[in-house]
Amino acid sequence: MSDKIFICRCEDLTKEEIEQAIDEGYKTLEELKCKLRLGMGSCQGRGCLLLARRLLCQKTGKSTAEITLPPARPPFIPVSIGTLASDKNE
Amino acid sequence: MNEIVDHKADVVIIGGGVNGCSLAYQLAKRGMKIVLCEKGHLCSGATGRCGAGIRQQWSTRENSELAIKSIQIFERLEKELGQDIGLRQGGYLIVVHDKSDMKQAKRNVDMQKALGLDVSILTPDEIVDIVPILDVKGMHAVGATFCPTDGHVDPFKTTHAYAQAAIRYGAQLYKFTKVVGIKKKKKRIDSVLTDRGKISTDFVVNAAGAWSKQIAEMVGVKLPNKPFRKEILVTERVKPLFDAMVISFKDGIYFSQQEEGQILGGIPIPNEKPGYLTAPTFDFLHHMAKTLARYAPPLKHVNVIRQWTGYYDVTPDALPIIGEVEGIKGFIQCNGFSGHGFMLSPMVTKILTAYIADGRTPRILKRLSLSRFKGKKIVREVSVVG
Repeated sequence: MSDKIFICRCEDLTKEEIEQAIDEGYKTLEELKCKLRLGMGSCQGRGCLLLARRLLCQKTGKSTAEITLPPARPPFIPVSIGTLASDKNE
Repeated sequence: MNEIVDHKADVVIIGGGVNGCSLAYQLAKRGMKIVLCEKGHLCSGATGRCGAGIRQQWSTRENSELAIKSIQIFERLEKELGQDIGLRQGGYLIVVHDKSDMKQAKRNVDMQKALGLDVSILTPDEIVDIVPILDVKGMHAVGATFCPTDGHVDPFKTTHAYAQAAIRYGAQLYKFTKVVGIKKKKKRIDSVLTDRGKISTDFVVNAAGAWSKQIAEMVGVKLPNKPFRKEILVTERVKPLFDAMVISFKDGIYFSQQEEGQILGGIPIPNEKPGYLTAPTFDFLHHMAKTLARYAPPLKHVNVIRQWTGYYDVTPDALPIIGEVEGIKGFIQCNGFSGHGFMLSPMVTKILTAYIADGRTPRILKRLSLSRFKGKKIVREVSVVG
């Protein structure tokens, strides 16, 4: 078994990779998103953003309240193109 | 990356998108002292929200020329910066819908070929050879134009690579730093005021994207640019289905498959008004899904996971405003890209580097100057999507 700790499972990001990016100066969740694709997979950050925020707190000494979560993007749960394309009367 | 340490610079660049960071890198490499101010994080504006396409097929010679030379630079950028920029050249397939569309397409292709571009007109059968999931009837295609060297570059990787290279050459990049004023003295730039202090400088580059208009107003310059909200969506990852970006000027749609497998695309909502609107709309989601399902029926089963918005910084002719403003020495525009700032950035910033670092005035600067809007007939770029 691997001893890697995965923070973002959709994008395969480990604790180590995130900590390294923080050390490189990406000190907000938005920047980690741009740099690593953190939270950009199918779960839209549900699984990873709070964990990544925790790492940011530990690394920067900030409290969770000081670290803003990226805006939630619709449609919030995955919806198929076919469903979105359908008209009311179909 | 916090407090301003040095209050003197040769050039202050406003805006940490791809253009600002590319210019910071090139000027710093020439030995100039560069400070870049970005009000958010790097790529927080249009760069980080764009469709990531790079295209050379335009209707105006200026855009085609800039784009062709830009792609040549993108092709060697990975080596130059020592970092992956995610370049993939799967081509752009531009759908042609009817006779008048075909007339314009032929005119464009003739002009592009004269510039040396490898571009051709496809039959409906050839369209499906290149992108098998397309439904020629559904998208009402009578043909297409195709350029195999068009494609994609990753905007985040590219901008971060430029930024890191700029820092290596001594540039100072200040994120979360807002410019609050620009001072001039006797018709020349004197200094830039930020919320972290003042920086004296000879040059200010306005690369602030959709906020360029406000920056220009700080020195009394009026830009004709208008911000337009543009929407875009991305799906879950699916197996590799196609390499080309598919676009249509008539429907305004563009979509492609990204390196990781997501389908990403956008379309304008009819009658969208200019303004700083940020909320994503359901109208877009519906209109985009409907059009996409018509173009590529197999995508009906793919799930959309996210939609977001960004701005096009739109000029009256959809060409960028590049170069020094008449009457204010040192005030340089690098904005008004009208949705094409990422793909044109390599050449535009090279031209500005020639102007700022070498005092040369490449010919195209005249055609792209702010003064072109004064009383002259405007030749509009018509090959626009999104």
